[in-house]
Amino acid sequence: MLNKKDLLGIKELSAEEITLILDTAGGFRDVLGRDIKKVPTLRGKTTVNLFFEPSTRTRTSFELAAKRLSTDVINFSVPTSSVVKGESLIDTALTVQALGADFIIIRHSSSGVPHLLAKKLRASVINAGDGINEHPTQALLDAFTIREKKGTIKGLHIAIVGDIAHSRVAKSNIYSLIKLGARVRLIGPPTLIPAEIADMNVKVFHKIEEGLKGADVLMTLRIQMERQDKGFFPSTEEYSKNWGLTPDRVALAKEDAIVMHPGPMNRGIEIVSEIADGPRSVILEQVTNGIAVRMAVMYLLSGYRR
Amino acid sequence: MLKELMNKKDIDRALTRIAHEIIEKNKGIKKLCLVGIQRGGVHLAGRISSKIRQIEKKVTPVGSLDIAFYRDDLNIRKEQPLVRRTEVPFEITDFKIILVDDVLFTGRSIRAAMDALTDLGRPAAIQLVVLIDRGHRELPIKADYVGKNIPTALSETVEVQLKEEGFEDRVILMKAAGEEEQGA
Repeated sequence: MLNKKDLLGIKELSAEEITLILDTAGGFRDVLGRDIKKVPTLRGKTTVNLFFEPSTRTRTSFELAAKRLSTDVINFSVPTSSVVKGESLIDTALTVQALGADFIIIRHSSSGVPHLLAKKLRASVINAGDGINEHPTQALLDAFTIREKKGTIKGLHIAIVGDIAHSRVAKSNIYSLIKLGARVRLIGPPTLIPAEIADMNVKVFHKIEEGLKGADVLMTLRIQMERQDKGFFPSTEEYSKNWGLTPDRVALAKEDAIVMHPGPMNRGIEIVSEIADGPRSVILEQVTNGIAVRMAVMYLLSGYRR
Repeated sequence: MLKELMNKKDIDRALTRIAHEIIEKNKGIKKLCLVGIQRGGVHLAGRISSKIRQIEKKVTPVGSLDIAFYRDDLNIRKEQPLVRRTEVPFEITDFKIILVDDVLFTGRSIRAAMDALTDLGRPAAIQLVVLIDRGHRELPIKADYVGKNIPTALSETVEVQLKEEGFEDRVILMKAAGEEEQGA
């Protein structure tokens, strides 16, 4: 049972709660495979997508999830809202709630914003990415995809490659995969892997070949071009040469290893097209599973009783 | 207080009779499929299917249906119902569906199940099998095949225990139980 009003991060969830979300998502995955991809479950409820940071796929995925649960959806994006007129974050959120929102999906460039709003609002708050803190639904859809492909997560060797330091996707994934019993390896240059992360029961590799050896799951992160000028790595060419997923490198992993990417991909930088479009890639399945997982989260949060 | 309403033999005989009745009423098993409601109904549908196979020497497709998404009490329940898999891996349009549940009570589960089924296609007909009809309908719903009719009080609970769930097959009536009603 998940008696929670909000989904703020994976850190706050137990292994049992994560498993419940994944099991529930299985039922919604069935729905998405049908002609009629919609259920009446949350009829009459209202969802507001409150995105203070650009996003196409996460916002669209939440929008579809909300619509397929039969809620009404409003997209509230910053350039068109009163925020540019100087309205405060909390005023904006309270206004959205007063409009009748039952679910507020929030993305913000500052860590902790969803947590702050969750305290102020009666509505359920779902974190769709806050700063460099967490992106819980991405980790849940990744776990769902791995479980579907591998049967279980326990005992798997899962390698995460790239900019761990600035990645909320990586952070949420580390929490969730460790809780579910995986052995997590982090691969990247020392500038992009914070030293204190080794305390989290992960193995750190600064040579990609060593880290990929014998892995069951290869997860590569998007190189965040917006941070490229800060000198964490010399150039995208250099990054690609040292950390890109290429056929030679993927061959070091287990024969049945799967390749994942949270999107959007920089083809030719963190992953070459041959791998992204190859038989081991589950990147497009991640997208579909994302809708099912987000439906499951909304369904379970709607069961919260004050 | 606990009272046994049906034992292993009683359940088996009832299911055998129902299998025969299904074949008789539908003049064979052409364009017929079985769909069990999670969870008890799924096991019972499987058992009826194997009895039909013994009689007709042909296989009827069997599916499972979860009705959580279609319930009308999601806002008032104390907790969200667990979501289980819906697996109906065959076309149901123009097929006669034999819908199977363990206990028929208010009829609300069956209403939800019919809504779920019609989202999967347009069946030629839906017929209902229940092992126990305990009365107290709140909707105009009636079973086509009944294992046993049992008058009950609202305060009582009927539980169908099946070996697929790790029990000895039996149906029990419990008096003055908590708020959780079976098959509500």
